[in-house]
Amino acid sequence: MFQLYCPVCREARAEEEFRPKGEARIIRPPVPEAASDEEWADYLYFRTNPKGLHTEQWVHAAGCRKIFLVVRDTVSHEVAGSWALGEAPVVVEGAAEGDSR
Amino acid sequence: MEKHSGFGLIRHGLSHHEHWPRMWRNPEPKPRYDVIIVGGGGHGLATAYYLAKEFGVRDVAVVERGWLGGGNTARNTTIVRSNYLWDEAAWLYEHSLKLWETLSQELNYNVMFSQRGVMNLGHTLQDMRDIERRVRANRLNGIDGEVLDVARIREIVPLLDCSCRTRYPILGASWQPRGGVARHDAVAWGYARAADALGVDLLQQTEVTGIRRSMGRVQGVETTRGFLAADTVGVVAAGHAGVIAKMAGLRLPIESHPLQALVSEPLKPVLDTVVMSNAVHGYISQSDKGDLVIGAGIDGYNGYGQRGSYPTIEHTLQAIVELFPSFSRVRMNRQWAGIVDTSPDACPILSATPVGGLFFNCGWGTGGFKATPGSGHVFAATLAAGKAHPLAAPFSLERFVSGRLIDEHGAAGVAH
Ligand SMILES: Cc1cc2nc3c(=O)[nH]c(=O)nc-3n(C[C@H](O)[C@H](O)[C@H](O)COP(=O)(O)OP(=O)(O)OC[C@H]3O[C@@H](n4cnc5c(N)ncnc54)[C@H](O)[C@@H]3O)c2cc1C
Ligand SMILES: [Zn+2]
Repeated sequence: MFQLYCPVCREARAEEEFRPKGEARIIRPPVPEAASDEEWADYLYFRTNPKGLHTEQWVHAAGCRKIFLVVRDTVSHEVAGSWALGEAPVVVEGAAEGDSR
Repeated sequence: MEKHSGFGLIRHGLSHHEHWPRMWRNPEPKPRYDVIIVGGGGHGLATAYYLAKEFGVRDVAVVERGWLGGGNTARNTTIVRSNYLWDEAAWLYEHSLKLWETLSQELNYNVMFSQRGVMNLGHTLQDMRDIERRVRANRLNGIDGEVLDVARIREIVPLLDCSCRTRYPILGASWQPRGGVARHDAVAWGYARAADALGVDLLQQTEVTGIRRSMGRVQGVETTRGFLAADTVGVVAAGHAGVIAKMAGLRLPIESHPLQALVSEPLKPVLDTVVMSNAVHGYISQSDKGDLVIGAGIDGYNGYGQRGSYPTIEHTLQAIVELFPSFSRVRMNRQWAGIVDTSPDACPILSATPVGGLFFNCGWGTGGFKATPGSGHVFAATLAAGKAHPLAAPFSLERFVSGRLIDEHGAAGVAH
């Protein structure tokens, strides 16, 4: 079990209060009618799935219900930091910067 | 290879079991093979075995970074069944179930396949409609299945709380009598031993670190023991499929998640079948040693750590105690996780790739143990012919582009 810092509530809370919502910053084809089948497939189904740092969305389900970004190591499960949606996560080798944690 | 028999067991007993031969060689890698399999789990070993046995391809290496069967093969709760909804999936899993039925004889190795029946409980009207539909679809495909009412469930599993006092009362179940469990290690070892006897090189402690390519074709694999050349490479690496895809410049529609299981202290026989519930989410059986074998759901986040979170276990045990109140005092002995490769439609990927000669067999997610023999068989056929076996064809990567997904989230709804 780990703790996550909610950038909206500005508090670190138990993992159980949150729900993971998958890889972050997957961009929907900007002109849907113009996107090829391959582009749709990539948007809908194909994922980065890295072994290492992963930028992902979490929702504070039992708190403010807001979605935010987390950078987390998928091997150690260590959390490098949280950011509000729209912020650009800055992760330096092992440590994190920003509104932290 | 020494043939196992009852007589042999007695003979070895007389010499205090000190002279059993090694089950497989530990060879030095050759510089080139006809086919290289990446991943020495059950599926990879079965693929190598059928390549050598049925398709005449004996110059094969299985490259495994750890020890044989040390991945999900040795970490799963061993439920075997074939009652999937859609034709494509049902045919593939039933092909596998048929192979299970004769596997111990085929391999001359006791895989302890026990057809003790698998029961899927329904707790809501919608569950029961889905169960009716799935059982009928199964029967049209020649797969055994029945819909049980509560009275029959009580007869088969007396310990189950079938009263209407529970939070999610049991309304009925589907029942596949030919389903059951098997000994997971024995499956890996049996395939390994038989493949080795046919000349397959099993290279343990050999990690694949790169996929060498030239002119859009695979040349071989870089490993921690040097470069191994091959014109055909089959990747069967479960949770690490994506890591290896990346080495070849590919992306997959796969995410890796922790999936946990636990076993209890050994008890007297109390449960002689397999019980699963999608709605409260748990599944349980009792091993021959007497421990209760309990499986959880995946942890929702991506993870390669072979461990998951405590709330997931807590949730699973709540479900088990809800179903079996008498288990509330049972102590748990061990808990662990595997890394499962989940796909968007809960179906596997058996596919060629844009890199010529490079094939993937992955995406079995939470439920591929049951498919070990069938997956190995159709993947071997695919590698030998360079084109998909008819049972494997619907499971190509192309389906994510064409939209022909095979949605088995219902039949695979509980992770097993
Ligand atoms: C807790 C749990 C419960 C489960 N319960 C069930 C169940 O009840 N019924 C069911 O049908 N299925 C179940 N499953 C799923 C099932 O275990 C898997 O689908 C199946 O075992 C996959 O087999 P495999 O041979 O493809 O993978 P694995 O056994 O994981 O083998 C893959 C191998 O690839 C190796 N590898 C990875 N990277 C490299 C590399 N770079 N170089 C060389 N080798 C590499 C790994 O070390 C590993 O040995 C469960 C899984 C888990 C974790
Ligand atoms: Zn919050």
